[in-house]
Amino acid sequence: MTMAHSIDGELLAAEIPRLRRYARALTRNGQAADDLVQDCLERAWSKGHQWEAGTDLCAWLFTVMHNLYVNGLRRRQPQTDPIGHAEFADPRTQSQEASMQVRDLEQALGRLPPEQREVLLLVCLEEMSYEQVASVTGVPIGTVMSRLHRARERMRRFMSGEQSPTGGPVIRRVK
Amino acid sequence: MTQERPSPEIEELHAYVDGQLGPEAQRRVAERLARESRSREQVEAYAAIRDDLKALYDPVASEPIPPRLLARRQRRPWLQPLGALAASLALLLAGGFIGMHLQGSRFTPLAGTPSVVREAAMAYAVYTPEVRHPVEVPGEQEQHLVSWLTKRMGVQLRVPQLASLGFHLVGGRLLSSDDGPGALLMYEDGQGRRVILYACHNEEKDRNSAFRFAQEEGISVFHWLEGPLSYALAGEVDRAALLTIAEAVYQQISV
Repeated sequence: MTMAHSIDGELLAAEIPRLRRYARALTRNGQAADDLVQDCLERAWSKGHQWEAGTDLCAWLFTVMHNLYVNGLRRRQPQTDPIGHAEFADPRTQSQEASMQVRDLEQALGRLPPEQREVLLLVCLEEMSYEQVASVTGVPIGTVMSRLHRARERMRRFMSGEQSPTGGPVIRRVK
Repeated sequence: MTQERPSPEIEELHAYVDGQLGPEAQRRVAERLARESRSREQVEAYAAIRDDLKALYDPVASEPIPPRLLARRQRRPWLQPLGALAASLALLLAGGFIGMHLQGSRFTPLAGTPSVVREAAMAYAVYTPEVRHPVEVPGEQEQHLVSWLTKRMGVQLRVPQLASLGFHLVGGRLLSSDDGPGALLMYEDGQGRRVILYACHNEEKDRNSAFRFAQEEGISVFHWLEGPLSYALAGEVDRAALLTIAEAVYQQISV
């Protein structure tokens, strides 16, 4: 082990699988996801001193990744969405139905506004508490709840075929 | 940002799905769900979305870490353990994955087993359940697959044709083995049964060997050495059936 207050290669490596999973879901593109993870790791090496040893490294890395992702979205106009796995033929011809459902899910995810997608994934995939999500994405908890709710309602409607997730105003009906 | 915060009742439903309520609130919401069918449907739909997302993306965390994400260690010698850790982490995850899928059975460490058997059994357990991404290059692009894997392995690779046995090529992927790059070819029969042929460098260069059979937790593996490569054929089929395939493979790749 290296010194306690510098970022540690082993600790960092242990977080890579989670970062990759999140990035893959966020971008739905293997190449773009690993680019994002790589940028995040580079940043972690160079800004490692900003991480306070003993605090949650994972949460810090997700914050770094969030910032890179958001910056990337700002730089990139128009948005490179939602080119993803659906572009490539599924080499497996069986279980058409199951793969249709997967495709629907990816599509619905891809059509969420990025800030809603982030919150949904941090909660569902990364199982973060709402407070952690608020800290990672740098918004108040009320905004987290609002994004989470909108994301889930859009996904739900899209999956049940009621409405395209890009369509019209959301939630009214639940009030 | 002009996003309206959902009502406390709605927020509670989300927190219920996400397990972020205290025990008392959890009970209260459960009682409410028993009464309100609409809230119940909402909660069920949210949970289904979460489960689907997990099913779709959790496997990414078990994939081998691409070397480029660990490339930093070359520049900074003090990060050397990173690669070793990543490798052991990948193995650990893969092992956990096998363990999960073979639950109930005693999972003994594969000590003493040739690494090619261990790697083939793991590759089988990790990649064959994949629906969307079992391979990196699909079988339709066989020429490309062969030239790519040949280049990465540094050894001419052949793709055996197993159609006469009812197995067609799903495709292939590049893996990292104890001895450098490893190549995986996946085949599937009409009933969706899959077998994999795994090849990595033969540590004892140019030593050939007879077929050897190993079985690890229900996964049957035939392995042999042939010139520059070490081969393993793995599947969850019985020994006789696998032997038939192994012989067909052997005949086609040994020239």
